[in-house]
Amino acid sequence: MSDCCTTATIEMTPTPRIAGKIQTVVLVGPPNSGKSTLFNRLTGLRQKVANYPGVTVEQHYGKLSGIGRADLTLIDLPGIYSLNTNSEDARVAVDVLHGKMPGAPSPDAVLLVLDSLHLQRQLMLAAPILSLGLPTLVLLNMSDLMETRGGEVDTLALAQELGVPVAKISASRGTGLDSIKHFLDKKSQPIPQTPRLELPVVGNPRSYRQWATGISTRTKYKAPLSSEWTRKLDSFLLGRVTGPLLFLVVVFGVFQIVFSVGLPVSNGFQELLNGAGHKVGLLLGNGWLESLLIDGIWRGVSSVLVFLPQILLLFLFVGVLEDSGYLARAALIADRVMRAIGLNGKAFIPLLSAYACAVPAIMATRTIENKRDRFATILVTPFMTCSARLPIYMLMIAAFIPNKPILGDFFGLQAAVMLSLYVLGFLAALATARLLKSSILKASSAPFILELPQYRVPTLRSLGLRLFDRGKVFVQQAGTVILAVTLVLWVLSHIPFHAGLPQSIIGHVGQWIEPVIRPLGFNWKIGIGLLSSVVAREVIVGTLGTLYGADPATQSLSLQAALRHDLTLGGAMALVVFFAFAMQCTSTLAIVRRETNSWKWPALQFAYMSVLAYVAALATNVLISRFF
Amino acid sequence: MIGRSGVVETLQLPDEIQHHLMHMGFMPEAHVRAVRRAPTGDPTVYAIDGMEVALRRETARWISVRESEEESR
Repeated sequence: MSDCCTTATIEMTPTPRIAGKIQTVVLVGPPNSGKSTLFNRLTGLRQKVANYPGVTVEQHYGKLSGIGRADLTLIDLPGIYSLNTNSEDARVAVDVLHGKMPGAPSPDAVLLVLDSLHLQRQLMLAAPILSLGLPTLVLLNMSDLMETRGGEVDTLALAQELGVPVAKISASRGTGLDSIKHFLDKKSQPIPQTPRLELPVVGNPRSYRQWATGISTRTKYKAPLSSEWTRKLDSFLLGRVTGPLLFLVVVFGVFQIVFSVGLPVSNGFQELLNGAGHKVGLLLGNGWLESLLIDGIWRGVSSVLVFLPQILLLFLFVGVLEDSGYLARAALIADRVMRAIGLNGKAFIPLLSAYACAVPAIMATRTIENKRDRFATILVTPFMTCSARLPIYMLMIAAFIPNKPILGDFFGLQAAVMLSLYVLGFLAALATARLLKSSILKASSAPFILELPQYRVPTLRSLGLRLFDRGKVFVQQAGTVILAVTLVLWVLSHIPFHAGLPQSIIGHVGQWIEPVIRPLGFNWKIGIGLLSSVVAREVIVGTLGTLYGADPATQSLSLQAALRHDLTLGGAMALVVFFAFAMQCTSTLAIVRRETNSWKWPALQFAYMSVLAYVAALATNVLISRFF
Repeated sequence: MIGRSGVVETLQLPDEIQHHLMHMGFMPEAHVRAVRRAPTGDPTVYAIDGMEVALRRETARWISVRESEEESR
């Protein structure tokens, strides 16, 4: 205990930049300090994403236009408890703060955000930050809440103790932000004399704690009373019976709304997009340009864009759950179940979201701090039956499965087959999670530590910003990766010119791979369908429609009849099983690449899922051909 | 167990986890109270340092706590 009380006087050296001139400001603070809310306040909508090489932590930066200093750049750092470089988050923070992060300018000033509801603990981060010697402003966030709940602190005394200015703010209400502008304006002038500061020398939590406790006593910090109704609400929301019940209501409610409201909206959106494409197509005439722009690019991009309404709706719900504080409770309830497959409670919401679409689900894994758990969740997410699989499922089931009633009229054979495909995907996700967690992503030493924040009413502003941010990411994917792939596919299916699809390059490839897929009961048309559906799963239905429509033998038949004419039951079921397992989705691959910041993971995922799909489809075809 | 409070004595966990827990408030001499269990029985929610933090039994068992003199509720 003797090491904890040593203090040293540190000479603050001015930053080795052009004296007094600041350009880059960093925002740092512990998790749950309201840092992101403040960042959004200060930068508005014009934020950019910084992707540091070899780093999976995604960081935002933007101009400080929210306080009229658009000439300054604000870098948002990950939420950290200390500068102890055990975690990747902290390593990123330390590298940026020391100006050692490639691609990030070295900072000239620091904004340190602390949650004033738990100031004593949050102050522990102040010691290592202040010892960096950069001009720093300490912001006591949520000070309005602290005061209404009977807490107090002498900010003047605190400023003296820390040797830097201190300001009370409320990031969610936007009060007290003038102090930041004032601080930055002042810092743009020549640096004043360097203050002396007593900081703990040994960087262990105990000495920081002692130091923080000392300061909070001397500044007469009085912690606010914890909100009584959070506790009351918890005894209901986490109750032995009411807890799980409400949890299920929330889960099914979200699921139901995303489908019942989201699906019609998405369909309407699709008609709108198709209509727009058709109108523009008429203007362009009937040439190759029209074919490239409308049949190629527009159809490909819009087949992805139609998921936007559902994705935004899903994110609205996840946002409300997260901001209100319920998500942490949901994680607490789900933890026991998720643990059985080697994941933790925080993986539950992403996996649930994946029933709509894997892309937002993978983006939602950001709430999982443990990197290995997060990667395992990302890797199993695409097994959950997303809505893009439904078109091909519905087509094949309608064409091949008679609708014999099983449980009365309500539940027939077709529904049973559909349900078993859902179960199949879910089981594959479970098995893969187990496999990953006992091999390449073996449980790391990081335990499951879950902070239960107090309940709050989510603000429209923060929900809106989140939707905007996620929507932008999705549209960017559609506008870049998907665009490129559809372009390539269109070219491959139209060269040589004026030839039908079977004679095009892609047609040849389809015929060339036929020997490989024949054991699955597929023919070359299905092969081309599989190739085209690498863009997005639902594309196969359109491709099959075109192919069978162009074939004189099946031209007069409907698509369902044509498929029955051409495929066995074994082949048809092998196809849906293939789709249950295969990674036929460029958007998902792109988002996995983005979230893991490496091509290694999406490549592994693609290979693993393709092999699994092939083997499972083969088994399905062999078994069905033998027994039926 | 639930509703009982105590004082943290030692943490017998790897350094990395110990640091994380200490930053969450699980510091020797800190008062801790078991508030409630998850409906499934585990994890348990602890009140510490004005915050509520949930830990699984597999983690909590390595934090030794002595009974505090002033028994609260």
